[in-house]
Amino acid sequence: MSERLTGIILAHSQVAEAFVAAVGAIAGAEHGLVPVSNEGCDRAAITSRLDAAIAGRPAVVFSDMPGGSCAFSAAAYTHDHPAVAAVTGVNLAMLLDFVFHRDLGAAAAAERAVATGRASVRVVGPAK
Amino acid sequence: MSVELFRVDDRLIHGQVVVGWGQPLGIAFIVLVDDEVRGSDWEQELYRMGVSPEVEVVFASVAEALGALPGWQASERRGIVLTGDIAGMLQLARGTNGAVKKVNIGGIHYREGRREHLRYVYLSDEEVQSLRSLADAGVEVSAQDVPTGTRVGLEELLR
Repeated sequence: MSERLTGIILAHSQVAEAFVAAVGAIAGAEHGLVPVSNEGCDRAAITSRLDAAIAGRPAVVFSDMPGGSCAFSAAAYTHDHPAVAAVTGVNLAMLLDFVFHRDLGAAAAAERAVATGRASVRVVGPAK
Repeated sequence: MSVELFRVDDRLIHGQVVVGWGQPLGIAFIVLVDDEVRGSDWEQELYRMGVSPEVEVVFASVAEALGALPGWQASERRGIVLTGDIAGMLQLARGTNGAVKKVNIGGIHYREGRREHLRYVYLSDEEVQSLRSLADAGVEVSAQDVPTGTRVGLEELLR
């Protein structure tokens, strides 16, 4: 059986830690998510933190926003690491779905996360 | 002048540039002056993907930027010229004969051999000297990460 995916949340400030805490509170401790902050980092230092968090495992990296240093670093990392996929625009719904689908390959898990994340963004008020 | 900001930022194109400065300045183009990225098609594609389609992203080596800067400054659109290090901006300033009048130090992060000057500015002795060289060339140098942040002049920055 192949190794289950690790999810890396790479984001500004303390966003990643907050996401991990929220997922843990909802889905329990066996979530397979690792938080990484870009705080105080240039591009090389972000990549070093990412590399240490992934530790050679198959992974999906969830970054916070397109155009940010986290998204660029994650996308660049996948160029040389085919077992790693990258998604940007992370939200809680996609993370909660991911933790229950960590047996997928990285690319398939990334596609699923994007679909789930998109589907969760909707107007919910005012009621019609 | 249509180049609204000359910025040094070792994260290159990222949120503070695209959103923090780009939105309030009404930026229509971003020039990334970086020899390494200029030579890498896939890195250029990455940077283009992260920026709104209405903002043009131009990649230039330092040598190319020296020749193209007058055209960017004559453009009717507003833009940002960005280098990843102080040395690149110094080359640009020296090679364009006064065209670079102000430089914004937006982010130079910790590395071994650098000392903290601001939360987002760490400098080696060589980089301190390069900033002084920029000032000696008549360039107004200041540090400011985002438009709403405090602008810190060179002398205060280097204290």
